[in-house]
Amino acid sequence: MPFARWIPQGRATNLTFFIIRRILWMIPVLFFVIVITFFLMHLAPGSPWDREGKQLSPEVIKNLNIKYGLNKPLWEQFYLYIWGIIHFDFGDSLRSPGQHVSDRILVSWPYTFTLGAVTFVLLVPIGIGLGVIAALRQNTLVDYIALGVATFSASTPNFVLGIFLIIVLALGLNSLTGGTFYLNTGGMSSPWNPFQPELIMPVITLGALPTAYIARLTRTSTLDTLRQDFVRTAWAKGLKARLVVLRHVLKNSLIPVVTALGPTFAFLVTGSFVVETVFSIPGIGRTFVTSIAARDYTMILGTTILFAVMIAIVNLIVDVLYVFIDPRVRLTG
Amino acid sequence: MATAIGVAQQVDWDVPEQTGLWKDAWVRFRRNRLAVAGLVFVTVMIVVAIGARLPTTPGGLWHILHLTASPFEQDVTNSYALPSLQHPLGTDILGRDQLARIFYGASISLTIGIVVQFLILFIGGAIGMAAGYFGGWVDNLLMRFTDIMYAFPDLLLVLVFVAAFGPSFWSIFIALGLVYWVGLARLVRGQVLSIKEKEFVEAAIMTGTAPMKLILKHLLPNSLGPIIVTLTFGIPAAIFTEAALSFLGIGIRPPEPSWGVMIEDGYAGIFADPRQVIFPGIAVALTMLSFTFVGDGLRDALDPRMKR
Amino acid sequence: MAQTLLQIEDLYTQFFTSRGVVQAVNGVSLHIDAGETLGVVGESGCGKTITALSILRLVPEPGRITGGRILFRGEDVTKMDDEEIRDFRGNDVAMIFQDPMTSLNPVTKVGFQIEEAMTAHSRFSLSLARTRVVELLKRVRVPAAESRVRDYPHQFSGGMRQRAMIAMGLSNEPALLIADEPTTALDVTVQAQIIQLMKQLNRELGTAMMLITHNMALVASLCQRIVVMYAGRIVEEGPVEQIFKNPQHPYTWSLLRSVPRVDEARKDRLVSIRGLPPDLTNPPPGCKFHPRCPFVIDKCKVDPEPQLGEVAPNQVARCWVLMSNVKPEDVELAKTSVVSVEAAQKLKAEAPEETEASGIAGR
Repeated sequence: MPFARWIPQGRATNLTFFIIRRILWMIPVLFFVIVITFFLMHLAPGSPWDREGKQLSPEVIKNLNIKYGLNKPLWEQFYLYIWGIIHFDFGDSLRSPGQHVSDRILVSWPYTFTLGAVTFVLLVPIGIGLGVIAALRQNTLVDYIALGVATFSASTPNFVLGIFLIIVLALGLNSLTGGTFYLNTGGMSSPWNPFQPELIMPVITLGALPTAYIARLTRTSTLDTLRQDFVRTAWAKGLKARLVVLRHVLKNSLIPVVTALGPTFAFLVTGSFVVETVFSIPGIGRTFVTSIAARDYTMILGTTILFAVMIAIVNLIVDVLYVFIDPRVRLTG
Repeated sequence: MATAIGVAQQVDWDVPEQTGLWKDAWVRFRRNRLAVAGLVFVTVMIVVAIGARLPTTPGGLWHILHLTASPFEQDVTNSYALPSLQHPLGTDILGRDQLARIFYGASISLTIGIVVQFLILFIGGAIGMAAGYFGGWVDNLLMRFTDIMYAFPDLLLVLVFVAAFGPSFWSIFIALGLVYWVGLARLVRGQVLSIKEKEFVEAAIMTGTAPMKLILKHLLPNSLGPIIVTLTFGIPAAIFTEAALSFLGIGIRPPEPSWGVMIEDGYAGIFADPRQVIFPGIAVALTMLSFTFVGDGLRDALDPRMKR
Repeated sequence: MAQTLLQIEDLYTQFFTSRGVVQAVNGVSLHIDAGETLGVVGESGCGKTITALSILRLVPEPGRITGGRILFRGEDVTKMDDEEIRDFRGNDVAMIFQDPMTSLNPVTKVGFQIEEAMTAHSRFSLSLARTRVVELLKRVRVPAAESRVRDYPHQFSGGMRQRAMIAMGLSNEPALLIADEPTTALDVTVQAQIIQLMKQLNRELGTAMMLITHNMALVASLCQRIVVMYAGRIVEEGPVEQIFKNPQHPYTWSLLRSVPRVDEARKDRLVSIRGLPPDLTNPPPGCKFHPRCPFVIDKCKVDPEPQLGEVAPNQVARCWVLMSNVKPEDVELAKTSVVSVEAAQKLKAEAPEETEASGIAGR
């Protein structure tokens, strides 16, 4: 790296440079994402004005194109779009006339955020906890059950799981209790309330697979760590069991798990598409899906950029966190 | 001869019996009951799928054998029928035989799932080999490229591709191939790099062996294992993606009864007849589970370092 | 008189694997007195490490102590409950391991790891432990100890790591320190330094030591007594000078063949004794060493080894033949031959023209 000569000693300074470098790196990545999405949208067959059934008349289409600048050459459109982004203007939604893309996003993202945050906050401790218990009780009944559940959740598509949950918990409970108990399956009553009962099924559906994945990863990593010599050293020193597990085993075995948090977050994002559709939650995931079906270019672009930014930020946070927990990692190059 | 025996006794070497790598792996695979069960299920599914499309009349072989009805034949008077001899899994809202549709759906899911792996192998393999072999700026470029792909969730990219080219079998197929090659490319590149380090490669190059031949002859035996395992695990992922896309309405479109489409239909009518969503759901889950078991079994069987 | 610190009586430790029961420690009895250094030698797999781990009850799964007693100052370690054994480990008896790179927690500071050895037993307060760590590191000759305390293991060199391990082991002033191959993973020059250090510490602190190694030169420099193990049993035991001058068991004799001079410290590996160590799930009949023994006679192939018998003052060995009963010319024959003396003689008798004892290796 060209800056290597100028980085002074001291890890803190290295860390700052590291963060700066990563942020700078995010820019070309985002740009690349925007470019690909933009050109794919515009070069693909079909147009946002296609309607199933009655087609719009050619004059209407022509006027719409002029209104939204779609008749201009592609490069110009792209340039205008980038210009708009810099001013935080993502244009108007093509399918919902009169609405800014940014407005629609602002309206829907709280729902997704609440769903995602609750899921994340639950899945990490549960996943890690299950994995550690399974590892410590390897080859016992607990281990096999945990592994079985994990494999099963990992192999069932989340929307299938969601639908099964609806059938069992909503319909089933409903008929069993003669209609008195009814778990609301539709929507979310409030965008910010983490305790609303409508969240129960979506959270389980969204979180099942990542929990299984984290649990498996923790289990494998912990089993590996338990075999290491330094764990034997810790026992030989006469440390209490709790200290050995927490300070020596977990501190090491959780390192790969932290690395996996980045992809886990990405998975929550893509999972939201499906889960929000199944449970009729008016979040960004569902908005994204409907935009795709409607070929609403501006919405698609806007939400894609949002996702890319969120994921990039989370990846950065995870990388920085990783630097803190593993002293062996080198910050240069 | 007394002396021969005496001498033999003094030098008592313990030489383990060598069997072929594949035979060895098969024996190990067989011991894993889950993997075998998965393999059986997968084979049955493949047979079912083939029979559902060949001969090319609707319903294929199974219809001809009167085992199922045609998957496209509608009979609105008989919608949401209970399971019967005629319709072992009942009918959907349009009176179509669900069993036939599930069989047909199997052909879609399995085709996409399995065949796309070849596309992935082709793209990922070529790029990975190029990156590992040529090194330098080619490698750098490719690695940066894969980093970018990594920062972006796969499903998102697939969705964007499918959005661009319109929902259809082929757009899903190509989208999956264009997005999921990254993992395999990394794997292949790693293998090529580790082979390159070995001294016999230098020696072989000096004696004038064609590099391509070198790679193929030495790379393949070692890396075939992990490649096969990666591709096998890719199958349930591809099946899931197709089902999810179809469920969301941006994948296979009706009347083609992919399992995802069936789930979508069933979901719409969930209060009327929950069964119609359960059957395709179970089909997808079991198929994905079976492939996962097979993948696990292959991984354990092909890894020479795994001790029981 | 020196008091007996550790007394192992008839210890059996077995591993219950899917391929059979491995008799790792097969009736081992030994003792260590206060302040003395006992060497335990043998090839890999002979059970010496497992014996040591058994003392601390750290035998890994699927192994278990299945018989015998381990008496430390009269108390039976095998019968201690969890609290007692925890107090015992690192405090009364400490152990340092072979590979210092993997034996230290890579994500925790070295100073802290030594500190926690002390705070675990409530013998030192936290602040006292902190200062003591620096003292200990200085004592084991780690340069710049004050700043090194805050470093991580990967920032230490191999030799320094082993010194840190030694410091950790000695931090609670244990009565007995078990060192399992302390120099094997280090470079030659560093080995010499560590040996020096251990000699010095032994003099200064008077800690008893159980030194497990296959390095005979190490044994010669540090130990007063030596125990030779093979296939889970002790085959010879006695004072160092006697054993080196006059080994009675053919295995001991084979081990020593590589060290012509006892007072020359050399980096050395075992001159290979032909054949492989026995499969402990399926040991050979009779004496377990007989397939590789240069002096085997028929009785050895059939009858199991005898009990340990006294062959000299304070020296015991278990062998039907015993080196003192072997003719000098046979000893010379054995030195150059790959096959046993018996077989070599037979070969010679049947084919006098061929050079004697060229054996298999000669062809």
